[in-house]
Amino acid sequence: MWSSSSHGRRIAALTVIGTAIVLPLVVFVLGPNMPPGKGTAVAAGQVTDNTVLLVVMTPFTVFILVYLAYALVVFRAAKDEGLVDGPPVRGHFKSQVAWLATTTAAVLFLAIFGTTELLADNGAGGGGGPNPVAKPSGPVLPVQVIAQQWEFTFRYPTYGGVETASLVLPAGRQIAFHVTSLDAIHSFWAYELGVKADANPGVDNVAYVRTKKPSTFQIRCAELCGLWHGYMSDTGRVVSPDAFSTWIAARRRQFAPVRKYLPKYATSYAPDPTFRAG
Amino acid sequence: MKLRRLIGFNLLTAVVLGIVGFYVGWWLGHLVKASSLDYFDDTGQNDIALFVAYFTGVVGFLVGLGFANYPIQRMLGKPPSLREKETEGAARYFGLCTDHKVVGIQYLIGIGAFIFIGGLNAMLIRFELLRPTHLAWNGNNYLTLVSLHGTMMMGMMTSGILGPFANYFLPLMIGTRRMAFPRIEALTFWLLMAAGTILMTALAFGGFPTGWTGYAPLSEQSNMGMDAYIAFFALVGLSMTLLGLNMLATVITMRAPGLSWSRLPIFVWGSVTTSVLMLLAAPVLVSALFMLALDRTAQTGFFNVQAGGSPYLYENLFWVFGHPEVYILALPGMGILLEILPVFARKPLWGYRLAVTGMVGIMMLSFLVWQHHLFVSGINADLRPFYMLSTELISLPTGFIFVCALGTLWAGRIRLTVPMLFALAWMFNFLVGGLSGVFLSDVPSDVTTHGSFFSMAHFHYTIMGGLLFTFFGAIYFWLPKMTGFELNERLGKVHFWVMFLAFNSTFGPLLVIGFLGQPRRVVTYAGYLQGANVWVSVSAFVLGASMLVFLANLIWTQVFVRTPAAANPWGSKSIEFQLPSPVPVHDFDRIPTFGPDPYPYGGIEGTRPVAVPARPTA
Amino acid sequence: MGAKIAILVAAVVAVAVAIGFYVGFLTGGPTPYRPPAGSASGGRSVDLTLQTVAAVGSKLAPNKNWVSYLVRENGVWHRSTVWTLPANTLVHVTVYNFDGQSGLRNPFLAQARGVVGGTFAINGKTTSTIDPDAASHTFAIPSLGVIVPILGIADDAPQQCDYAPCPMSNAHETITFTFRTGKKGHYRWQCFVPCAAGFVYGFGGPMQTVGYMDGYVNVV
Repeated sequence: MWSSSSHGRRIAALTVIGTAIVLPLVVFVLGPNMPPGKGTAVAAGQVTDNTVLLVVMTPFTVFILVYLAYALVVFRAAKDEGLVDGPPVRGHFKSQVAWLATTTAAVLFLAIFGTTELLADNGAGGGGGPNPVAKPSGPVLPVQVIAQQWEFTFRYPTYGGVETASLVLPAGRQIAFHVTSLDAIHSFWAYELGVKADANPGVDNVAYVRTKKPSTFQIRCAELCGLWHGYMSDTGRVVSPDAFSTWIAARRRQFAPVRKYLPKYATSYAPDPTFRAG
Repeated sequence: MKLRRLIGFNLLTAVVLGIVGFYVGWWLGHLVKASSLDYFDDTGQNDIALFVAYFTGVVGFLVGLGFANYPIQRMLGKPPSLREKETEGAARYFGLCTDHKVVGIQYLIGIGAFIFIGGLNAMLIRFELLRPTHLAWNGNNYLTLVSLHGTMMMGMMTSGILGPFANYFLPLMIGTRRMAFPRIEALTFWLLMAAGTILMTALAFGGFPTGWTGYAPLSEQSNMGMDAYIAFFALVGLSMTLLGLNMLATVITMRAPGLSWSRLPIFVWGSVTTSVLMLLAAPVLVSALFMLALDRTAQTGFFNVQAGGSPYLYENLFWVFGHPEVYILALPGMGILLEILPVFARKPLWGYRLAVTGMVGIMMLSFLVWQHHLFVSGINADLRPFYMLSTELISLPTGFIFVCALGTLWAGRIRLTVPMLFALAWMFNFLVGGLSGVFLSDVPSDVTTHGSFFSMAHFHYTIMGGLLFTFFGAIYFWLPKMTGFELNERLGKVHFWVMFLAFNSTFGPLLVIGFLGQPRRVVTYAGYLQGANVWVSVSAFVLGASMLVFLANLIWTQVFVRTPAAANPWGSKSIEFQLPSPVPVHDFDRIPTFGPDPYPYGGIEGTRPVAVPARPTA
Repeated sequence: MGAKIAILVAAVVAVAVAIGFYVGFLTGGPTPYRPPAGSASGGRSVDLTLQTVAAVGSKLAPNKNWVSYLVRENGVWHRSTVWTLPANTLVHVTVYNFDGQSGLRNPFLAQARGVVGGTFAINGKTTSTIDPDAASHTFAIPSLGVIVPILGIADDAPQQCDYAPCPMSNAHETITFTFRTGKKGHYRWQCFVPCAAGFVYGFGGPMQTVGYMDGYVNVV
């Protein structure tokens, strides 16, 4: 019978080999191609984050799977063995300490790394409430996302408060999404931008992203908001700054008739009916 | 069957009185009139009448079962008694019976039936998702399917292991013949059955569109079907609280002499930690639902911004319950896992104290992590690093469970019986589930995966891949002991392999689909994801078929073939396997004495069971 | 043994029947309506005539006080919100609105979009926008970019309709417009005005139930 230390050495060797195979695949093949892609710095930051998570998880996963496979092959009872007991091993202090130490180190590292990513990326594209902790420096283009049952509309406060039904953003600008809702809880998810912010009624939820090159991105609602939640999808566009100016001017012309009816731009709205319809 | 036997306090009377009670309450509720309730005419949805009706219906149901008899008798001065209807044959299963074994089997059948209904809903959901646009069910019905599936499963599976198996085996494992409060034990079961029936009536009232989370203000806009959800979870919450209370009281006060805490089987520790969570978390849910019901009926403004409230209040109250809830689901599965592994590796549980520390650690930390469900909802951004840390930290005690499981397998003599296969599958599934949880706990990563199918696949891996697999493992492990009839091993292996492969084929791709941008609870999705969704749906249908294999096995062996089961088919050294199959009505002839080690495998003096009942197994 | 088999077979049949009823119930919904070919303008077009009512009445729906859209088939108004329209076709829509004013929660939706000429006609007068507080309903197919606000009748209008179907002698506003369907597909349409009386934010009940204020447009 193989001795226990040789089992241990074998499992350790298999783990190291397994990790050596999987880790480069994770770092060079899987990681860089992880969603949501590198369309913006925020999205690329998430990809990096996911790659780091995968890298940290890989040795543990390989170890556990290798161990399980090894145990199921080597530690099997023979078919006609009858009820033979294994050795009365109730624990092994060094193994427990080693496990505790490595898992604690991994977890603390991930928590610290995640926090730095969160702060460095101006909130990593996630809605940070009305007073986000990490604000970008420099000029910011505010775009308000108004979620209602069951459509997103968008207001540009620095362009006369014009409201539109489609989202177009200039490339190469720092955008601040101010996400709010008029009724139920929705969630504004701009997939390729790497942005998600819940839309709560009466709340201004701010998410930052810097656009890069002209592209299109999917907009989805990510919080169940009623009957047409699944249909509340749209396509947004990032266009060159000139194209954006043309577009927004055209929208201001198109929506001039309704301009006088829009409420003054505010970070949240309280339209009627306030509770139950009359 | 004599007609006279049908008259009395049993299930038939309970159903009749429940229906009568429902209509009485419905009439009473309509008598409530106020100018602020004039909108009931416009909407056609009299929520007050429905809540009163559900209440009186449940009261009628419980009175019909006989739960009012003992309190009334005591008030009339009769002496106390602990037992009711414990020796009358098959009829005991259809009414109030205080035999913990009967309650355990009632739980198994009752929860099993509702889980199959919930599973049917899942099949219908996946059918709709075969096409990126509308296929079969219109928008309302699809959302009702989604909501019913999630709500039914969460409500039923919280007691999924404690209900059947802890009620049956925990008293045996601690050397006592009953739970601390036998009538409350029976009450928790019947409350759950009433709750499940009420949830099914939601269909008659227009369903509800909020998913199992019931977020306000959407839940305030919804039809009367929402009230069925509220009543369901209120009853489930009550059942959970009482179940937890009963378990804790039993383990704290009724352990056999000499059975100290450090000698308890790990399954008991799993039940104890789960019970603490049940006792503390379930009342939070009930209070949140009460507020929601008030908003829907009495025009209060708890969750309505323009009435001075906040939807955040509901989200936070719900998840303060909701997060411990998922550990209520996870911990019993861990208990089962660590109970099964020593038997089929024939080694003591490795790192007993570490495992207990892990369970207690999960129990305590589970109250400190709930805001990770709210990372992008606009909560104070200062809080997010704290909750990221606490959520990552909870993977440490979970890791203890893993290392104890791995250590138990070390140098063991592993036999791959059906229960063992399910336990090993737990390890694989929970590994995937746990790792996907690490992604979700990391805020930048969560920005993309929150509210997507990645999150959904994560919790299905941990709850279904974890809990449900150990649920079936426990059934194959313990059912022969409970009923006295064997289950077919070959069919069991077919069930296992089809279920395991189909499960991973269903939820593995969903992890990817979520990352590729498909939100949860949607009925349309991007066209390029259709191939993946079709693969997932077909796998889900195969997964459903594996359940039918199990059902066939169950009916075939327990109803038709009925091969008597041996007392100890697995060679376990735990107390319950030293008793005959099925366990006799009086459990032990004499209270057993327990040895110093709950897992005395590999003993140098040869095999020795945990404890020897006074008389040898007949 | 025979009794057990009989009970098992009966149970399986009962479960199958129950599932059958369940699935049948879930597939329930409005029967699709195909509007007739257009009478105006030669060439491909389709006429869609709708009625919006304040209370649909117990003859047409189980919820008699709910608002609803109705379509006319063979001269009879009935409730169907699933419409089949041909692709790449002009759809001339006429909406007879018998309902009062509720007001839009988002006034932006008071300007028509996605319609031919960017305008619609109220009782013959062409306009592109109405006062959002005077809106009663909207005709909106968001994924086609179509939205037209439907003006409500004045609060003091005489002869207001009680329960549907409403005769033309009752007070009503006539809204007409044209939009073009594109390629084949399946789209949802909805009303955006919080017109569900008694529900929170006016968006419950008929506003969240297919068959009243929500439905599908199948472009074939």
